[in-house]
Amino acid sequence: MVKKIYFQSIFFSFFFIKEAFAAESGGMPQLNPEFWVSQIFWLILTFGIMYLVLSKLILPKISNNLESRKSQILENIEAAEKQREDSDAKLKEYDEIISKSKLEANSIFNQAREKALKDIGAKREVLDKQIDNEIAEAEKEIDALRKNAPDKINKIAIETSSELLQKLIGAEVNNSSISAIVDDLSKRNGNKYYGN
Amino acid sequence: MAANPMSQFDVYRIGPEIKVGAFDISFTNASLFMILSTVSILLIFNLGSKKNSILPNKIQLLSELSYTFVSKMISDTAGSKAKPYFAFIFSLFMFVLFCNMFGMIPYTFTVTSHIIVTFVLAAFIFIGVTVIGFIKHGFGYLKLFVPSGVPAVLLPLIVVIEIISYLSRPISLSVRLFANMMAGHTMMKVFGGFVISLGIVGGWLPLSFSVALTGLEILVAFLQAYVFAILTCIYLNDALNLHH
Repeated sequence: MVKKIYFQSIFFSFFFIKEAFAAESGGMPQLNPEFWVSQIFWLILTFGIMYLVLSKLILPKISNNLESRKSQILENIEAAEKQREDSDAKLKEYDEIISKSKLEANSIFNQAREKALKDIGAKREVLDKQIDNEIAEAEKEIDALRKNAPDKINKIAIETSSELLQKLIGAEVNNSSISAIVDDLSKRNGNKYYGN
Repeated sequence: MAANPMSQFDVYRIGPEIKVGAFDISFTNASLFMILSTVSILLIFNLGSKKNSILPNKIQLLSELSYTFVSKMISDTAGSKAKPYFAFIFSLFMFVLFCNMFGMIPYTFTVTSHIIVTFVLAAFIFIGVTVIGFIKHGFGYLKLFVPSGVPAVLLPLIVVIEIISYLSRPISLSVRLFANMMAGHTMMKVFGGFVISLGIVGGWLPLSFSVALTGLEILVAFLQAYVFAILTCIYLNDALNLHH
């Protein structure tokens, strides 16, 4: 109910307003030529002055500002690019130095190893020679001993057999005949004991 | 009762009557707002161009953005040949924009809501563009009225239509701006009158309309300035780069 009255009051007051406006309005002031000349004069004056000041003083300054900012930004970008290139080159140099020093270290290590191996080889050769010499000497000694051994054994055999005979028979036996027998025996059986 | 919605467009004398010969060039409220608009434009752009810092402050940014906005608008529609006319189109756009925007402040006068003001601007543009066209192309500029690829039978009709449309340019340009401003401001005044006459009970509905209309009118104020400037660019493009 209250709502209805509210909207009705709005609706009716629109009519009143329209009547009131219709009674008051007296055409468009725009079409009244009383101040046309004045408006044209002031328009030309203000717009003309504004145009002159803008085109001669202000707009060139703004365009200058924009240009200088643009060029400065370009310059800065160029400088940044250059610095980046510089740092790239430095990085490359650094990498090169590192790889170079790695190679050097490797070669030094290899050299040291080779030298050590060579040293070891030389020492081994010397030692081998020494050992060989000693072995040769020992063999010579053994050979000498071996050569002397049958004579000594013969001698021992002769002496032992002459003493044996003396004790068994009780008579002196000629050493020379015994030695002849021993020699003969040792010649026959020598190979059996000393054959190499 | 509410005031007449058309009374906001009344021009009245401020100060004494000034007469030069038979012409009355008295200082009026229209002159006051023309001066106010131009002075504020010059003030803002002067402040915006004074210092040249790499990181612009707000007012410098504002003026530089307007500069690039208008220069982009011109180069997009009229090409690079229109560069010498940049200052004029920039002044035109700013003048119309500021006059429209000043009109949005309550109790002010809207300079561009008067047909005589917009017509003088439009007529100046029309005459200027025509003169530029004849200087650039000589009588070849008349080829504008003869579109290519039209059958010979239709040609007389087309030429007449083209000439009429060309001659009606200043009228359409001026009436568009003037009518938009006048209609918007009248509507706002009418709705404002409703608020008063309906009072505390029924006034809320027209008040909300009024609020919405204010936003719309600010948009229209910008849009009409833009349309005015861009149509000038299009006419200039016709004169500079003859397509037909």
